[in-house]
Amino acid sequence: MTKKQKKVLFRIILSAVLMAALYFVPVTGYARFGLYLIPYLIIGGDILKKAVAGIVHGEVFDENFLMAVATAGAMLLGLYHESRGVEGEFSEGVAVMLFYQIGELFQAVAVGKSRKNIAALMDIRPDYANLEGEDGQLVRVDPEDVEPGSLIVVRPGERIPIDGVVVQGVSTLDTSALTGESVPGQAGEGQEVVSGCVNLTGVLKIRTTKEFGESTVSRILDLVENSSMKKARTENFITKFARYYTPAVCFGALALAVCPPVAGLILGRTSDWTVWVIRALTFLVISCPCALVISIPLSFFGGIGGASSRGILVKGSNYLEALAKTKYVVFDKTGTLTKGVFQVTDVHPSEGFQNGLGEQEAKRLLLEYAACAESYSTHPISRSLLEAWGREIGPERVTDAEEISGHGVCALVDRVKVAAGNEKLMKKIGLECPEVPENGTVVHVAVDGGYAGYILISDVIKEQSGEAVRRLKAAGVAKTVMLTGDSSRVAEHVAQTLGIDQVKSGLLPGDKVEAVEELLAEKGAGETLVFVGDGINDAPVLSRADIGVAMGALGSDAAIEAADVVLMDDNPEKLVLAVRISKKCMRIVYENIVFALAVKALCLVLGAVGLANMWAAVFADVGVMMLAVLNAVRCLRVKSLG
Amino acid sequence: MKQTYRIEVDCANCALKMEDAAKKVEGVLDATVSFMTQKMKVEFAQDADAGKVMETVRKACKKVESDCEVYID
Repeated sequence: MTKKQKKVLFRIILSAVLMAALYFVPVTGYARFGLYLIPYLIIGGDILKKAVAGIVHGEVFDENFLMAVATAGAMLLGLYHESRGVEGEFSEGVAVMLFYQIGELFQAVAVGKSRKNIAALMDIRPDYANLEGEDGQLVRVDPEDVEPGSLIVVRPGERIPIDGVVVQGVSTLDTSALTGESVPGQAGEGQEVVSGCVNLTGVLKIRTTKEFGESTVSRILDLVENSSMKKARTENFITKFARYYTPAVCFGALALAVCPPVAGLILGRTSDWTVWVIRALTFLVISCPCALVISIPLSFFGGIGGASSRGILVKGSNYLEALAKTKYVVFDKTGTLTKGVFQVTDVHPSEGFQNGLGEQEAKRLLLEYAACAESYSTHPISRSLLEAWGREIGPERVTDAEEISGHGVCALVDRVKVAAGNEKLMKKIGLECPEVPENGTVVHVAVDGGYAGYILISDVIKEQSGEAVRRLKAAGVAKTVMLTGDSSRVAEHVAQTLGIDQVKSGLLPGDKVEAVEELLAEKGAGETLVFVGDGINDAPVLSRADIGVAMGALGSDAAIEAADVVLMDDNPEKLVLAVRISKKCMRIVYENIVFALAVKALCLVLGAVGLANMWAAVFADVGVMMLAVLNAVRCLRVKSLG
Repeated sequence: MKQTYRIEVDCANCALKMEDAAKKVEGVLDATVSFMTQKMKVEFAQDADAGKVMETVRKACKKVESDCEVYID
């Protein structure tokens, strides 16, 4: 509890004790009013002051005003009774104020506590860095003061403060703070390491490559902190609702106080106007929208916090809300559903190419040509060719290399014209190529203007992909789609294995945006289309989809930037978890809205007809708020997929 | 230009009031208050002097919610 909260607690206890004591004090008349005024002012003084200040500043109709009018009204009514010689009721006003304060205190403490819990969950901020000076001495400094290119030392048990490259040492790293998975990673000389990981076993010397502010850990913290600034539609609805609801109830109360007695007068019946005033005051007590205003943002905050503890970063409550309505999931194939690790599985030199070489030699030569031609490309397929070739390729051997997006590569290898790529490339250079019956990516190779054969490369499907697709379906996803630049045969094979509904294959990077736009036009209003990619080359698609999810984004700035939801590791099942978290969160949000409004409506009706008095009203108000807050805190707890 | 400031506010409704107040200050294009992270994010108009504008924002917030605090540094 903060100092302020302790003070309030003291005031609550003091006025409660005073009130209890007054119950036994045998004083009557105006003196009783005077005595009850003491606990009333102790507990409600600040509220009265705020209410007056609010009116002065033109901020009428806030909760302070409501409570002030309701309780002051009750006290004055007691005084009126007293003046008529009837014993007045003063305890009610004091009690309402007392309960209101208890409720406020509870809310402040509960919210403050869960705020801290969530913050602690997301606290991966390193406190210091061990900077190595020129004389080899270690100095403990603030990570903010470390320049890029400095040498820092991270001992076992310490958190890596800044992104960098290991220059000395071998160790295992605990990445769970970032990914939510406790699978340790390895780090050795020359390897890049990201901040936020905990060094487990050995001492690492790291040359920093970024400033602290640009490092992974800072970016993630920034993102999570900003996430609650992007408000969900439900949140905005509540804000607007509160803006109209409170004045509406106030006018309702006024009407309740004035209309029935006036109507009674007109009809010639004398009615006790104090009855209606009390009912109107009861109205005011019920009218505070606190339960909603506090519990809805708390639910979203809890949901985002819970998700981030599992390595799922949601950039705003609005995305969490949209995620719960996921109906279409569009996957990029490579790197998302498959590992994106390509391996050469077969080499097929054409008969013409084998002429006079023998099969083994022809295979070797075909692979060499292909690997050389692709040696400048960073495409995963090129890498796998280079890996399969496995020898150094001197840069002087390859000239005039040209990469044709979505087709392949043309280059001069040892002054011989080589083209390596898909069917489209072969057609483009005017060559016929055979149909290849196998599943995998086929790289056709043309040497010196003649067809030379093909190389088969297969990508490996991730173990969790099938389960992820199945679980998404179970979670209410209507359609799963896979986009890929690969040929339809490979794509169909993967889709069938995983149970994907629709495949769009042979797409150039630009076509993916169009494909997503087609799907967007197809889906109904209020349904969400999610695109999942690995964040490489798909930034336009990520931003075009309702929700762009970047996967395996650990350390990839571009992906973190473009996506709305970031999965820190590359497990597609995390998407299922994200959808589940969002659904749970939205369920809790709606539970709170319905529950709070239903109880308030009931109390308003009961209060209007005189069945609920002010005691019931304040219990309803404070009780609903407490329950709503407790319910909201549930958002924080995330069940594992099981 | 956008800038984030640390704030102190006790209740969610008060945070909403602060947000409304800050939005009305001249030189502020948009403002969002997060009760949960206790932060205020302000987007300033192009030629606005952030320091001066924030002083006004702070005063405006104090007016609607006397218990709140905006830290300008």
